[in-house]
Amino acid sequence: MNDDVRKQTGGYIGQSVPRREDRNLLLGQGEFVADIQLPNMVHAAFARSPLPHATIGDVDTEAARAVDGVCFVASGADVCAELPPINGMQVVTPQGWRDRVDTDILIPDQPLVPEDKVRYVGEAFALAVADSRYIAEDALELIEAELIPLPPLAEAETALATGAVLIHEHLGRNVAAFLHTKKGDGAAAMDACPNRLSRRFVHHRYAAMPMETRGVVAEYDGRTDTLTVWSSTQIVHWVRREISTALDMPEERIRCIAPDVGGGFGGKGHVYPEDILVAWLAKKLDRPVKWVEDRHEHILNAAHSRDNIYDVEIGFDDDGRILAVTSSFLVDSGAYTPVGAGIAGNSIAHMLGPYDIPHYETDCKIVLTNRTPNAPYRGAGRPEVGFAMERAVDLVANHLDLDPAKVRFRNMIPADAMPYEVGLTYRDGVPMVYDSGDYPEALNRALDALGGLDDIRARQKTALAEGKYLGLGIGCYVEGTGVGPFEGASVKIDSTGKIMVAAGACPQGQGHETVFAQFAADMWQVPIEDVFVTVADTGQVTQGYGTIASRSTVTASGAIKIASDTVQEKAFAIAANMLEAGETDLEMRDSGIGVKGVPDMHVTWRDIARAAKPGWDNQRPDGVEAGLESTSYYEPPTVTWAYAANVALVWIDPETGQIDIEKYVEVHDAGLLVNPSLADGQVKGGLVQGLGGGLLEELAYDDQGQLLTGSLADYLLPTASDVPPIEVVHMETPSPLNAFGVKGLGEGGAIAPPVVIANAVCDALRPFKAELNSTPVRWGDVANFFDGATA
Amino acid sequence: MKPALFSHLVPTTVQEALEMMGDHAAEARVLAGGQSLVPMMNFRLARPSVLVDLNRIPDLSYIDDRGDYLAVGAMTRERAIENSALVRDACPLVYDATLNIAHLPIRSRGTIGGSISNADPAAEYPATMLALDAVMIAKSGRGERSIPAAEFFEGVLSTTLNSDEILTEIRVPKAPADSGAAFVEICRRHGDFALAGVGAQVTMDGDSVAAVQLAACGVGPGPVRLTEAEAVLRDNSLTNEILSQAEQAASAQVDPDGDAHASAAYRRKLAGVMTKRAVQQAAGRAGGGV
Ligand SMILES: Cc1cc2nc3c(=O)[nH]c(=O)nc-3n(C[C@H](O)[C@H](O)[C@H](O)COP(=O)(O)OP(=O)(O)OC[C@H]3O[C@@H](n4cnc5c(N)ncnc54)[C@H](O)[C@@H]3O)c2cc1C
Repeated sequence: MNDDVRKQTGGYIGQSVPRREDRNLLLGQGEFVADIQLPNMVHAAFARSPLPHATIGDVDTEAARAVDGVCFVASGADVCAELPPINGMQVVTPQGWRDRVDTDILIPDQPLVPEDKVRYVGEAFALAVADSRYIAEDALELIEAELIPLPPLAEAETALATGAVLIHEHLGRNVAAFLHTKKGDGAAAMDACPNRLSRRFVHHRYAAMPMETRGVVAEYDGRTDTLTVWSSTQIVHWVRREISTALDMPEERIRCIAPDVGGGFGGKGHVYPEDILVAWLAKKLDRPVKWVEDRHEHILNAAHSRDNIYDVEIGFDDDGRILAVTSSFLVDSGAYTPVGAGIAGNSIAHMLGPYDIPHYETDCKIVLTNRTPNAPYRGAGRPEVGFAMERAVDLVANHLDLDPAKVRFRNMIPADAMPYEVGLTYRDGVPMVYDSGDYPEALNRALDALGGLDDIRARQKTALAEGKYLGLGIGCYVEGTGVGPFEGASVKIDSTGKIMVAAGACPQGQGHETVFAQFAADMWQVPIEDVFVTVADTGQVTQGYGTIASRSTVTASGAIKIASDTVQEKAFAIAANMLEAGETDLEMRDSGIGVKGVPDMHVTWRDIARAAKPGWDNQRPDGVEAGLESTSYYEPPTVTWAYAANVALVWIDPETGQIDIEKYVEVHDAGLLVNPSLADGQVKGGLVQGLGGGLLEELAYDDQGQLLTGSLADYLLPTASDVPPIEVVHMETPSPLNAFGVKGLGEGGAIAPPVVIANAVCDALRPFKAELNSTPVRWGDVANFFDGATA
Repeated sequence: MKPALFSHLVPTTVQEALEMMGDHAAEARVLAGGQSLVPMMNFRLARPSVLVDLNRIPDLSYIDDRGDYLAVGAMTRERAIENSALVRDACPLVYDATLNIAHLPIRSRGTIGGSISNADPAAEYPATMLALDAVMIAKSGRGERSIPAAEFFEGVLSTTLNSDEILTEIRVPKAPADSGAAFVEICRRHGDFALAGVGAQVTMDGDSVAAVQLAACGVGPGPVRLTEAEAVLRDNSLTNEILSQAEQAASAQVDPDGDAHASAAYRRKLAGVMTKRAVQQAAGRAGGGV
């Protein structure tokens, strides 16, 4: 099946072509924002609030201004006098979604530096610019700011309590959005279910934590009235748009570039105040300005994620067939909601996962609190809802004393039911239809990779007889990928006959340049070396969207194809003229176009490009315009559905509760794999982040709204030595929705690990009827099950 | 995360360093491997205006056999201790403790004197020195003092060193010939500071424990000498019953705090489990069996 697709598309798609990005990175020749040095450049630093919630009184910047080497200091009032806030709706939801899902959305705008109050620990209340970052930080210490404490809304339930202070007074409530949706009879179906279980599931707060923090450099050229901004971002076109709005400059006079980016994972997927402020400073001071976020700032100020509470009820029959699911959940969005209802919208759409469940109803509150703003992180709403749902499926199995694997097989949508109408609406406003796949097969293969279900259960029994605890954890999910609204690409053939591709996507290590070159080389039938790819530069593509949400392979390939088709149509007309042949007698071959069956009747792209040029002696037929270039936009009809089955075997130390993962397996299907080795890397990287979230990483707040884990000594990222043996198995069911059969896979790996670990630990502790319904899974909690108990 | 302004002084002899400390005692700090001090300065949690950098003083880095004890210069890198056959043979608990410290790049910079002066409650060396009754040699312009480990550690990041004193040498008694040693700990990640760790040196007389020295890290404001568990074990054979009593005695003696990584109760429990495991391993190495 896959080989057929590969044959159709030619030579490069489907091959593990080495990353063209690696040469620079391995030679130390990459360029990250922190590497950028410009003549006469000055450095910005931000004074950040130590309090979670406070009214800003007098801010005295005089002593700071007097420091030698300081060139500018501004309070929130100074900034607000010149710059509007960032519009709360950076991401708009389509009317189709708002029509089909009940919504009541009030997203607050975000001041670039607030003048009235600070709303989370780490929010800036002043800034300084100086000859060096050291001097700028010295100056910040001299700013005298009166911060008058307000009661902290340290968590979502506090913010919802009657009489709670309002974090954004003008909204009149601490809820940014109410969402509600339903399938079948919804909650009403629960009464008829023979068995029902209710539980609360909590998915804690953690974050993307890329190796490279955020950073911005901006340079203004007064002669041409243009701004160039380098930002470590996933969305250069949004950054350009927001700077254009704030500074009232035409978008086309602003060029935004993301140079090499050392990881983003969603945390760099929206516009932050600093993106705009640094651009503003560069223009105002008429000097290049640099700001590179340090790690402490990053942990306090770059978006956090997850942090959901789910109250779930699940109704099922005596065979374990799930009949109805209801959930009511809270998203602790922190002080602002930069990506609006995106995360919760995903959660709503993904709860039913790979299962055929007739009745479903859910409602959600996106709650404003005095925590750092919450934005999507790899998985974006799916790990959270997946934790609730996949724990609930295990609880159904435990309740009926059935194997959790068997309950899953009983409820899964079979392959012959594809395409499957889910009965819900996706975030893009389109009714959800799972397009292709074989969910039970994925779970079968995953279990086989651990030795098969029977073997696993036998080993578990033997272990228990020896006083050892072995558990099997399962987690399955589906993931809508390649979401719209669009992606842009431009394709041109230059006079040397080389193929120039630019795309609106902004990679952060994924290998887009390589993958896009694979697509273009096959589309143009040229050696891959003849394709030149530019990404993450607004100067190259008029409109782009960016690299978030497992989308770029699907959406950028679509845009490159439309642009290529447009240019090729013209190229064929010109080639027909050059070869004096009918267009239908022509074919693309050998870096050009030739007459079918006549080997030496052939012109190369170089010949055609010269023939297409404007001016004297061109060889264009009448009516064909000069030039071989097109900028095109792909608007996907809706998402393609990737999916996976995850399983793991874990051992528990009964004395310490320590969890050791013997082996973790993900069987993953993202349609046709364009570059299997990169796909493998994406899934594995995601798994490691998921395991980090499930076991180690935590943004812990105390009840006063203070963050307790503000450095990497306390926020524990998994290191190489903490990664267990991992096996990734790829299935390749093409998507029927696009020309190449591709689906997205950037996020998938990170979705299931937290619930797989929790399920595995509970499975190992079945003798104690243990339930772990919150993350992270803590050894101390595991150890408690053994205290005073004998199995 | 940039340090406040400071002067950087680079003495090349101990004498010169002591004079500098005498001149600037109030506002000066010693810079050893910098693995703990520099991050604190970057956070501006420590803001010495003078740094006296010991890294160019060759006389402070050595491991000497002095008969009954090993003398280790304060600037000896953790990595050098790990690689020393002398330490492994004569003071196996120090060797075993070192293997539990951080990661190789950190051990290549971090020093034994820095770790002991820093007195992090979760650090391995302070507990090891306490278990082994090591002696710290401190010098200042005013003279030299020997401070037994039991009188050296005062609390969280706090010692009885005076502000003008430099720790110059650590004297670690050699292990008895028929003893065994083990440092056992549990961390959330490989190389992290321990949630709880215990160092044990055990001498067996046939089946019975002739001598035992135990200390724990990570479970109190400083290292804890586990005297209660030692008393349970001494002159007894290592039956499951006795080991379990020692486990309970250790748990009962320590008084840990909870934090974002582990509750107080869990740390207390771990102190017991680590005690049992360290004793078992040490006794096994002593050839005493279990
Ligand atoms: C990621 C990481 C993980 C770590 N994990 C562990 C671990 O698991 N276990 C562990 O024990 N340690 C760990 N450490 C700490 C490491 O061992 C440090 O090197 C050690 O604590 C301090 O030693 P240093 O030589 O770097 O001292 P410095 O950082 O230079 O100094 C520390 C303090 O001691 C003072 N000081 C230093 N030397 C002297 C002296 N001779 N006389 C008087 N005062 C002195 C300094 O003024 C300063 O206050 C870790 C460190 C890092 C960065």
